[in-house]
Amino acid sequence: MSENMNELQSQSAEELRKKAEVTSAKALQILIEEEAEGVVAEFDNPGALLEAAEKIRHAGYKRFEVYSPFPIHGMDDAMGLKQSPLGFIVFAAGAIGCIGALLLQWWTSAVDYPVVYSGKPLFALPAFIPITFELTVILSGFTAMVGMFALNRMPRFFHPMFYSDKFSKKASDDGFFAAIFVWDEKFNVREVKQFFQSIGGKNVEIIHRPLEGELAQQN
Amino acid sequence: METATLKQEHHNGHHHVYVPEPELINGKPTFNTITEVICGVPEGKMPRLWWILFGISFAFMAMYLAVIGYLIWKGIGIWGNNTTVGWAWDITNFVWWVGIGHAGTLISAVLFLFRQKWRTSINRFSEAMTIFAVICAGMFPLIHMGRIWHAYWFLPLPNSMQMWVNFRSPLMWDVFAISTYLSVSIMFWYVGLIPDLATMRDRAKPGIRKTLLGLFSLGWRGGNRQWRHYERAYTILAGLSTPLVLSVHTIVSFDFATSIIPGWHTTIFPPYFVAGAIFSGFAMVMTLVIITYWMFPQVKQIINERHIDNMNKIIMVTGMMVGYAYGCEFFIAWYSGNPYEASIFMKRATGPYWWAYWSMITCNVIIPQVFWIKSMRTNLTVSFIVSIFVNIGMWFERFVITVTSLSQDYLPSSWKYFNPTIYDVACFVGSIGLFMTLFLLFLRYMPMVAMSEVKGVLPHANPHHPDHALNKHGRGHETHQVEKVAELATKNGGH
Repeated sequence: MSENMNELQSQSAEELRKKAEVTSAKALQILIEEEAEGVVAEFDNPGALLEAAEKIRHAGYKRFEVYSPFPIHGMDDAMGLKQSPLGFIVFAAGAIGCIGALLLQWWTSAVDYPVVYSGKPLFALPAFIPITFELTVILSGFTAMVGMFALNRMPRFFHPMFYSDKFSKKASDDGFFAAIFVWDEKFNVREVKQFFQSIGGKNVEIIHRPLEGELAQQN
Repeated sequence: METATLKQEHHNGHHHVYVPEPELINGKPTFNTITEVICGVPEGKMPRLWWILFGISFAFMAMYLAVIGYLIWKGIGIWGNNTTVGWAWDITNFVWWVGIGHAGTLISAVLFLFRQKWRTSINRFSEAMTIFAVICAGMFPLIHMGRIWHAYWFLPLPNSMQMWVNFRSPLMWDVFAISTYLSVSIMFWYVGLIPDLATMRDRAKPGIRKTLLGLFSLGWRGGNRQWRHYERAYTILAGLSTPLVLSVHTIVSFDFATSIIPGWHTTIFPPYFVAGAIFSGFAMVMTLVIITYWMFPQVKQIINERHIDNMNKIIMVTGMMVGYAYGCEFFIAWYSGNPYEASIFMKRATGPYWWAYWSMITCNVIIPQVFWIKSMRTNLTVSFIVSIFVNIGMWFERFVITVTSLSQDYLPSSWKYFNPTIYDVACFVGSIGLFMTLFLLFLRYMPMVAMSEVKGVLPHANPHHPDHALNKHGRGHETHQVEKVAELATKNGGH
């Protein structure tokens, strides 16, 4: 103990302050790495992002995402994504709309309230086509929208990506970003950072919860 | 135009062919330019002209609502409709407005399925137009009922009278068609808006506006996993809207065609109505685009001469389709050997409503012929004037169909010349006020162009665009080749 004190006393105040700063910066770095929810990197253009997506996939990462202000052609293949299942969901809803509409019209017009209008049969299929069609369309349309929200987990107002100021500012304007998240099995903050740098990512940033109090000022 | 083709070897050995497109947006914009130009409008101050137009439109809308209040209080007797002309301006306005809506869906859905990239500059705005036009349309049958508080009787709801609606009636089909059309149009519009609302959210300063934009953009992040489902949903909605838009005016025409009134009972009605709908709708889009130019000239970069030219071509083509339908109707009236049919058509052209008939022919068939000349198609003044004429002509078409047939039907003793009252005029003009008010508010608060879609059709949005290859490192002589071809591409592709 006394030895340490002697050592410290032998250093100038200036040196001590520098050392303290370095230590605290390191501590902050460790804290941020500890808190990391993912790592994000920016790419120059859609082409670069497409290549990056392929490289990320080939490197064996699974829980990653690429962000662009518009859909990029060929990105699903680059990321190794299957086709969206939305079509099947909508088809089922459309079928329900179609059959439901026919049942509704048949039951109300031919069973529960059978009145002859303009000499048409009680179950007048040609006259029932328009409403059958409209109900098929409206149910399918509604399902397409709501199904898309459900598959996309929307609405979701909070997401780690929004912690990054750069991302929040540019991603919906003209920025092309890729991120690998902490919930990937292979995730290791330092490795991912290096990996992004090696594939040409710029402004590589650790996504983390905003720090509180004094730490936030230091950051 | 000659297009340069570039075969570029991708790193994993696939061959990608890059064909530069002719420019859709003026002045080689970056992605950011699009954001700035479009977001700049709702983020900035509205020009004086906006306030003037808004003031006028709002006044007309207020008058409209007041007249509707009076109409509900007093009954539809304040209109000129009476036996035998039971359908007059109200139904004319209804059909006219629904038709106008159709261009929006055609642009957003049909042109999407046909991969017409130029649609991206105008689809948002014409979809908005569709919704507002359908709202205006929907009000007329509602107020025409007189007892509007019974409107819900149109829905198949269980009730104490143990009655059901008549599903074999075209009026019932109308209820379903119009409400489906309005709902699907709103959903299509909203789905398209989400990425753009997110862009506006990201640019907004913290406050109520940012919160609202955040709420309505539903936390959109633009990740490719989201885009994947989003694009599928968009395609499905486009695929649903395409037959829907054809069905809506078909069903509206059934209101007429399934009756036995001469001049209405014809099989040409569905295609004829749909062509007329697209015709009038494109004219209204043109009118609105040019009014928007007056207020926000910066938009000319994104909605440029090429769009105006294309829209005018469609106006001319659909104008000739309705022209053909007018001729065909006459031919069938004679060829059918039905004296009532022949008589009503002769009366349309030469009878008491000759002025309406010939206004229709002049506005719809003759005037759009100026668009054979390219310089006319790209001239904004000419386009604006023609679009107004088409709007007027299409209103007359609906009027001629509705009123002439009713005013002189089978029984000469009940023939009657229809005279509108001041309330007919007020309702019609007022509905335009409502439409313009909604449209101006849309310009004020929403991104008027689908930014994410326009960005997606810019040449450098293509991941295989040669510019991207130039940025890559370690490509050796290949880079040199790519550079050369890229140069060629810009020489030939640009104009």
